[in-house]
Amino acid sequence: MIEIERVKKSFGSLTVLDEVSLSVNTGEVVSIIGGSGSGKSTLLMCINGLEPIQGGRIAVDGIEVHAAGTDLNKLRRNIGIVFQQWNAFPHLTVLENVTLAPRKVLKMSRAEAEAIAVQQLEHVGLGDKLKAFPGKLSGGQQQRMAIARALAMSPKYMLFDEVTSALDPQLVGEVLDTMRLLAGEGMTMILVTHEMGFAREVSDRVAFFKSGKIHEIGSPQQIFESPQMPETRAFLNSVL
Amino acid sequence: MIDTALSANDIWFLVQGAGWTLLITAIAIVAGTLLGILFGVARATLPGWSTLPLGFLLDIFRSVPLLIQLVLANSFIPILGIRATPFAVSCLVLALYTSAYCAEIVRGGVLSVPLTTRRAARSLGLTWWQDMKEIVYPMALRVMLPSWIGLTLGVMKDTALVGWIGVIELLKSSQILITRMANEPLFILCIAGLIYFLISFPISRLGARLEQRWRDND
Ligand SMILES: Nc1ncnc2c1ncn2[C@@H]1O[C@H](COP(=O)(O)OP(=O)(O)OP(=O)(O)O)[C@@H](O)[C@H]1O
Ligand SMILES: [Mg+2]
Repeated sequence: MIEIERVKKSFGSLTVLDEVSLSVNTGEVVSIIGGSGSGKSTLLMCINGLEPIQGGRIAVDGIEVHAAGTDLNKLRRNIGIVFQQWNAFPHLTVLENVTLAPRKVLKMSRAEAEAIAVQQLEHVGLGDKLKAFPGKLSGGQQQRMAIARALAMSPKYMLFDEVTSALDPQLVGEVLDTMRLLAGEGMTMILVTHEMGFAREVSDRVAFFKSGKIHEIGSPQQIFESPQMPETRAFLNSVL
Repeated sequence: MIDTALSANDIWFLVQGAGWTLLITAIAIVAGTLLGILFGVARATLPGWSTLPLGFLLDIFRSVPLLIQLVLANSFIPILGIRATPFAVSCLVLALYTSAYCAEIVRGGVLSVPLTTRRAARSLGLTWWQDMKEIVYPMALRVMLPSWIGLTLGVMKDTALVGWIGVIELLKSSQILITRMANEPLFILCIAGLIYFLISFPISRLGARLEQRWRDND
């Protein structure tokens, strides 16, 4: 379970998260929608401790992310995150990209790590690209590799940050299919997305972010069919 | 055969000079690179204000002509009561000089690795050190290598200046031969030039080969 309570985050004088509270239960899929600069990416980075916070608390399975004694490297094994930019490690092959963390962080043997990596890469449809370097892959393939790389750590949670928005339209479908597969398997996920149709289809809850606050949260039906807040309605009208 | 008064002994004298050139270059490059990595990583990763004095010091090493640094160090080190041979002074000055340039190369290399890539590595649970070793180092190496090869070749040629403080390296030994055999200066310089080339060539070839191999992967 991910518990986010009254989290405050600012960069200098700019308040980016303003008392955000959100709990995500095991097996749940929560989508975050909202305009540019509303703090969606920042929230994901706070959840795995890539960014410090200035107030409130975040706990993952009861472990305080921002407490002084927390072993963040250990905590992050449980939280996979995939970013908008593909962030392939360009000097490593596809297989090496995926085996790196299991080998270095989980101390698996090469054979063990490769078995898991091959399985994950086949899962996302890249079983025939093991020896390729990322520079030779399309954006969609690189993004699916990034998903396999995160999954190879067997995380309990997956955070996705607009993973399709830097892709050519014809490549979006294959990445969404991969995420749909994960949602179907019961993975606990938080996804920041601009794909409203997809959010509606896979989410248990949808949160609308505005100016660093969760402005409205509810079931996909509620948010997309009968939003309570005028700002939510305005945002949806602007993107749909 | 070329008609020359140069004896086998004279050639041996030049080769010994080349030996000193190589030795000083090797020491300066090894020590300068190690220091340069330390300084460069510090400059790239620590907050700006904390490395300001270091940056200033390195600026001095980069901007004062090497010859002046050599002569000053050679005069001042004995005044401080430290006994050092011209060879030791040469190695020290060239190593610091190399480290100043190398620090900039390393800083640029580390900063060339996108922050988002490093965050992706850390988000997988890699430690700061593992990120440095597995991601930053290999990615930065590709950016740094051409400049580093250039630095090595440059330092090798700059060793010619240590002749001024009495180290008989390759250029100095050829000058000594020239003053003894006044009618063959061009031939002697050709031989010295050839030796410089023979030292440089393998280094630049090695660099080119590595670059080619990396390019094939992109
Ligand atoms: N490292 C940083 N330093 C300073 N300001 C930052 C930093 N990261 C983000 N910000 C600012 O924080 C605000 C929220 O950024 P964030 O990336 O979380 O927004 P977002 O909701 O993900 O937007 P988008 O949809 O464009 O990705 C923005 O105003 C951004 O400029
Ligand atoms: Mg964002």
